[in-house]
Amino acid sequence: MTLLLALTAGGLFAAGWYLMMRPSAVKLVLGVALVSHAANLAVFTAAGPSRRAPPLLPAEGLPPGTATLPVADPVPQALVLTAIVIGFGVLAFTLVLVHRAYQTVGSDDLEKMESAER
Amino acid sequence: MNWLVVLPLVIPLLGAAVSLIARGRAFQRGIALAGAALLLAANLGILAVVLCQGVLCVQVGNWEAPFGITLVADRFSAIMLAVAGIVALAGTLYALGTLDGGRERFGAYPLLQLLWAGVCGAFLAGDLFNLFVWFEVMLIASYVLMALGGQRSQLEGGLKYLGVNLVASALFLSAVGIVYGMAGTLNMAHLAVRLPVAGPPGLLSAAAMLFLSAFGIKAAVFPFFFWLPASYHTPPAAVSAVLAGLLTKVGVYALIRTFTLVAVQDVGYTHSLILIVAALTMVTGVLGALAQHEFRRVLSFHIISQIGYMILGLGLFSPLALAGAIFYIVHHILVKTCLFFVSGLAWRLRGTYELERLGGFYGTHPGLCAVFAVPALSLAGLPPLSGFFAKLVLVQASLEMGHYMLALVALGVSLLTLYSMSKIWTLAFWQPAADTPQSPRIAPHRSRGWLLAGAPAVVFAGLSIALGLGAGPFLEVCRQAAGQLLDPQEYIAAVLASGGYACS
Repeated sequence: MTLLLALTAGGLFAAGWYLMMRPSAVKLVLGVALVSHAANLAVFTAAGPSRRAPPLLPAEGLPPGTATLPVADPVPQALVLTAIVIGFGVLAFTLVLVHRAYQTVGSDDLEKMESAER
Repeated sequence: MNWLVVLPLVIPLLGAAVSLIARGRAFQRGIALAGAALLLAANLGILAVVLCQGVLCVQVGNWEAPFGITLVADRFSAIMLAVAGIVALAGTLYALGTLDGGRERFGAYPLLQLLWAGVCGAFLAGDLFNLFVWFEVMLIASYVLMALGGQRSQLEGGLKYLGVNLVASALFLSAVGIVYGMAGTLNMAHLAVRLPVAGPPGLLSAAAMLFLSAFGIKAAVFPFFFWLPASYHTPPAAVSAVLAGLLTKVGVYALIRTFTLVAVQDVGYTHSLILIVAALTMVTGVLGALAQHEFRRVLSFHIISQIGYMILGLGLFSPLALAGAIFYIVHHILVKTCLFFVSGLAWRLRGTYELERLGGFYGTHPGLCAVFAVPALSLAGLPPLSGFFAKLVLVQASLEMGHYMLALVALGVSLLTLYSMSKIWTLAFWQPAADTPQSPRIAPHRSRGWLLAGAPAVVFAGLSIALGLGAGPFLEVCRQAAGQLLDPQEYIAAVLASGGYACS
């Protein structure tokens, strides 16, 4: 399972980097989306996904004689959730910026967006 | 007094929220100014308390470390906070004097306050994930500030800035995941305790390289610097001064923090690599600047070469070198912000940033020349200005460690910096003005605007002189901060004091 997730994250990274290096601004947006998903999946995978119970205490409390329960680690999920929200906000802004640049430059070709570097 | 460390986050966030709700222009300006002044007062207060009493630490919501959100201010953080407060107040004043009505109406002041919150949060964050979150707060505010105004060059520059920084964020997040997978914690103090016994060292080196790449992109080191000169000269001077002065240094702060507290298991490998990166950063930055003929692009390339000096201090990894790096960061923030302020003043007078079309300020505006000359000579490292002592300490540290080549590179680069500064001086200030008609873009001459825009530049030039004259005492403070970085027991004890989880 971990291997499958790791390969998926790697594939997403590769596809995302590739799209970001294309000269099209639309592909930049798609690449940004894929890379942020890949990073989220990488965090989730590196933290060790498990099939344990959710980290909630049963209503009646712990069974007598046990100090701990084997539950899943909630931290990676909290991290990924935060990262997804941030990634979503940034992606929305990227989309607006690309649209605005497209309107101004009249092309989505990043090679043509070099007037600032001359 | 621990509650003090919450203020640098509460003040700007509250200010941003209030000025987003009440959108009157005069009101937003007032809130921005009051917020920046309060922030400076709070940050200076934190510096004073930290210097007297030691590390300040707050567990937000009373969740004990390492389970909750930890805010820590050690000496290094407190110094950075104090400088950030100074830049915040000066940047706000400059923006009040120079920003146009359109940018003001579309939220420049709330964005600036969010930027302060992000920067201060990054300096205070006690765990890696919160460092990531505060970085994002800071970056999102800077993305919008970069593009605000919607000129073609801004949109183009902003897109490059955005794309490259998103790559850095993804790398940072992946590194955070790897570290969490190894140690089961992200609290930096807890990591310093746990990482030496957790996991294979090779995996930590992989995470360290990801950190180096992620923060290296944000700090604009070789070979990740290309986004900086493509974007920093596009927004108005008020914005680019703050970005140039403060933002790349947050990347340097994060590099120093992670490579003194977290990724220190294989110093021989990681820090040697940092030394190579530092030398290449210094050289490529200064060579890039030689080829430029636009005021702010010359300055942007010099940011890169100066970042190399700071990273050099980290790579040498001795108490003196780290003290030099901290000294250099403070010096560079003051000087570079001042130079960008001056470039903006020149633009207000002539309506251009092209050095060929500027000129003659020596005859018409001798005051402006003085305010340029001080930070320019300080950047090149002439005594008795702050840049001289910053470079002296770093060169001394590299000689002590036997890195003669690095000392040679540092001295050579500072010579080329002097050449580059004298190029600006000759073209923009000394030689007679070209006969080009004045551009219609010049803002109407408002006396209040000139006072607000000129005062921060003068004060920063004065601070550079003061830092040079008071180099001895300030270097002592930097030495103590560096000592705390190299022996993080006090930091760890302050963060994990209540928990007792240090050994678990």
